[in-house]
Amino acid sequence: MGNEATNVPQILPEFERLNPGIKVDVQALPWTAAHQKLLTAYAGDSLPDLSQVGNTWVSEMAAIGAISPLPSVAGDLLTDQFPAVLETNRIDGRPVATPWYVDTRLLFYRSDLLEQAGHGAVPQTWVGWKEAMHAVKRRAGADKFAVLLPLNEFEQLLTFGLQGEEPLLKDEDTRGNFSSASFVAALAFYKSLFDEGLAPVASAAQISNVWTEFERGWFSFYFSGPWTIGEFKNRLKPETRWMTSGVPGPTGPGASAPGGSSLVVYRSSPRQEAAWKLVRFLSDPAVQARFNVITGDLPARESAWATPSVADDPYIAAFKGQLSRAKAVPKVPEWERIVTEMQIVAERMVRGEYTPEAAGAEIDRRADRLLEKRRWMMERGRA
Amino acid sequence: MTDVRLNMAKVEAEAAAPPRRRPGTALSRERAAWGFVAPALIAIGVFFAIPVFAALLLSLTDFDIYALADLHNVRFVGLQNYERLFANPLFWGAMKNTGLFAVLGVPLSIAASLAAAVILNARVVKWRPLWRVMFFAPYVTTLVATAVLWNYLLHTRYGVINWAIASVGLPPVDWLGQPENSIPAILMFVVWKIFGYNMLIFLAVLQTVPDDLYEAARIDGAGAWKRFTNVTLPAIAPTLLLVSIISVAGFFQLFAEPYVMTQGGPAQSTVTVLYFMYEEGFKWWNLGSASAVAFVLFICILAVTLVQLAVAKRMGAYE
Amino acid sequence: MSGRRIRSLLLNAGVAFIALLVLFPLAWMVSVSFMSTGEAATFPPPLLPRTWTLEHYRDLFVTQGMGRYLWNSFALATLATGLALLFTVPAGYAFAKLRFKGRERVFQLLVGALVVPAQIGTLPLFLMLKGMGLVNTYAGALVPWLASIFGLFLVRQYSLSIPDEMLEAARIDGASEGQIFRRVVLPTLQPIIVTLALFVFLGSWNDFLWPLIILTDQSNYTLPVALAALSREHVQDVEMMMAGAVITVAPVLILFLALQRYYIRGMLAGSVKG
Repeated sequence: MGNEATNVPQILPEFERLNPGIKVDVQALPWTAAHQKLLTAYAGDSLPDLSQVGNTWVSEMAAIGAISPLPSVAGDLLTDQFPAVLETNRIDGRPVATPWYVDTRLLFYRSDLLEQAGHGAVPQTWVGWKEAMHAVKRRAGADKFAVLLPLNEFEQLLTFGLQGEEPLLKDEDTRGNFSSASFVAALAFYKSLFDEGLAPVASAAQISNVWTEFERGWFSFYFSGPWTIGEFKNRLKPETRWMTSGVPGPTGPGASAPGGSSLVVYRSSPRQEAAWKLVRFLSDPAVQARFNVITGDLPARESAWATPSVADDPYIAAFKGQLSRAKAVPKVPEWERIVTEMQIVAERMVRGEYTPEAAGAEIDRRADRLLEKRRWMMERGRA
Repeated sequence: MTDVRLNMAKVEAEAAAPPRRRPGTALSRERAAWGFVAPALIAIGVFFAIPVFAALLLSLTDFDIYALADLHNVRFVGLQNYERLFANPLFWGAMKNTGLFAVLGVPLSIAASLAAAVILNARVVKWRPLWRVMFFAPYVTTLVATAVLWNYLLHTRYGVINWAIASVGLPPVDWLGQPENSIPAILMFVVWKIFGYNMLIFLAVLQTVPDDLYEAARIDGAGAWKRFTNVTLPAIAPTLLLVSIISVAGFFQLFAEPYVMTQGGPAQSTVTVLYFMYEEGFKWWNLGSASAVAFVLFICILAVTLVQLAVAKRMGAYE
Repeated sequence: MSGRRIRSLLLNAGVAFIALLVLFPLAWMVSVSFMSTGEAATFPPPLLPRTWTLEHYRDLFVTQGMGRYLWNSFALATLATGLALLFTVPAGYAFAKLRFKGRERVFQLLVGALVVPAQIGTLPLFLMLKGMGLVNTYAGALVPWLASIFGLFLVRQYSLSIPDEMLEAARIDGASEGQIFRRVVLPTLQPIIVTLALFVFLGSWNDFLWPLIILTDQSNYTLPVALAALSREHVQDVEMMMAGAVITVAPVLILFLALQRYYIRGMLAGSVKG
């Protein structure tokens, strides 16, 4: 998919050389259509032998029985991996997919502006971070902001929500748990950033160009993933100084959702053995380190991070810490829709329609409705 | 699609006429006739009629991704899909956008068609057949390809359209990036693509208007605008009305334009009903609720068509 | 007299202006497709390539599999045309000229069915074809073209003008109904057959929603589906996308221009005069 599909052919000749008789045919899917194309392919019995899938889709693909579980000989592929990422690939205790590359969101910030405001690094608690943001905003001016939280993206609020002790879903993941004290605290924190003028009330579509605005100091903190490292390196002027930092939590360094892609072999494939060979090849730490150089994707195998090309990049360092604190999101097929609804409610809360408590209750109501089918299936022992 | 609708009034009138009976119809002739129509009827039955009825049933179930994996996971839910749909702001957003497309697009496209037809109809215009084909050409081009093309024409920084705007001293417009501009931007493309179709229809009707009428009006001292309102408009009024209603049905079915140009964005401002159905069905795999969307769309189109039929009957347009 | 001259000048200028608006996008598309990479993404937008290059066409065919998509589109459109004619021409003729029990009733049913937009059946049809194992096959993509009520009407209306005496004469000569259809009816119907074939071919070539749903494998994509996927991946490659658009549009545009008389006549017969 996307960048990976463009670049994976560069490393495949080696695989084909090592495994004569296996020819790999790569199909590219655009990221925006990949999820739905895979499901259509499943419905039409035309899935490939194996594919890359977004970590959040694994549960969905497993629920419909499309994925071939890991054979015992492939067990060693699961060592040397980030635990939270691995956890997203485990359905009902069984591993079904192999992490390929990982990502997670953390803070990109203007180190120069933060320094001018009197902070050497990003404070790692919510309170401290907010103080730092106020300091930045005081220097930057009333017409500027401190942090960009696009109202149509759920990832930022989800990251705040993951800091809480309580899980996001309860009753075996059949009901929403968004009115828990810890999630309401996250909602309140999120809302306060807008109320106190630290974040602009805007959706991503209204911000024409993130790089220019970041460069101009319209905002100094930006939540994003590893792909932004390359973009910032290419697009920002060299004199603009910036850095990456772990996500602050309520009382200390916070968690975030593990992202990235895993490799799955499909049940419908007649060439299981060859498919697993390819998974093994792509999971090799050395191959992954090379792939990182080509694409910027962060390798899934922890030992690949020791390769100089990965280890020496100052911007990547924060990701390592953040990934070790990553926390898997609930593994229900409805998750994608639930967070979409969550963000719709959150946007209304920011615009003043709900209090954080009322918003939590409203998200629960919507989540419960989306999970109704799941409860019914559970009662019948089918899920 | 459009041709079909115009055709209907006439076809219906014919179907209602009593069949002429002739004696001596041989059994073999009847058999041959069935041989001729059977393949088409079976195909229509299997691939059209059954799916449409199945869609109605499907809209009363919660057919979803679980059901796709195992048919036992389907439940009959009555009208619940419809209830939820009517409580879903995104659905109403799609209805509103579709309505906006129709309300803005129909007058715009018809005005363009009519203007082009009136100009082409003038006797002093040379090479009329050439222009006629030229103006019609965008209509037969592949929608997806020209939508991709217009994406670049509408580009905020490098687009030719903003270049034209800038050359008269106006600031550039973020056509496809701002919710309030996205519908007009797509409409520019749609009008460019389809105006030739209705233009041909208007031109055909205008050519039946005798030149004497214009001459008489001119002798009476009527100016160009007067001649247009007094002679042209009355002559094409029935066609104009029919074509407008038909165009509404066409605008109800926009899909590829937002799919290619904006993917429904920005801020869901170009999600049409059909796009909404596609996402509900083939992105989220809620086939039950997607079928309910399809039926709501059907009711809307049916309502427009019934209005069209009523108008056609009153005006005797199919005589 | 000079007033008339000015009027004539104005009108001809108006026509030329519309022509410019209509043709400019298509001309720009062709021009950009020959520019070298990155040339079109400058301001002000260049109108003609500095140096003409075929690299994007080469790239599309060599690395993006355009040849395959072109073939799929061509094969599907041709098959759809053949099948649609096979199914609708005899039926349209029979509804016009042959008597059989229930003809009027069936016909009225079909008229009523015209109100139903085909998109409604999309979802169940997909499930049905999945059951038949036809998802991601040419056969699945062709299915909607078999059930064309519109084509049936077009043929029927044209057939009404065949004089009954001609058919009777053939019957008296002892020809069977099949022979009459082949020897007498088909030659008379030739213009409408060309029109219908043209409609179906262009319709199938330009179709998007159904192939998008039913053709799940890249190797089966038609040009519009492939182009939509490519445009999401390569938004920034203006020149290559325009080359793809040219490849997609050119065949139908040429076909239309060659047969435009049939197309326009058929279209008008189907609407105004009909």
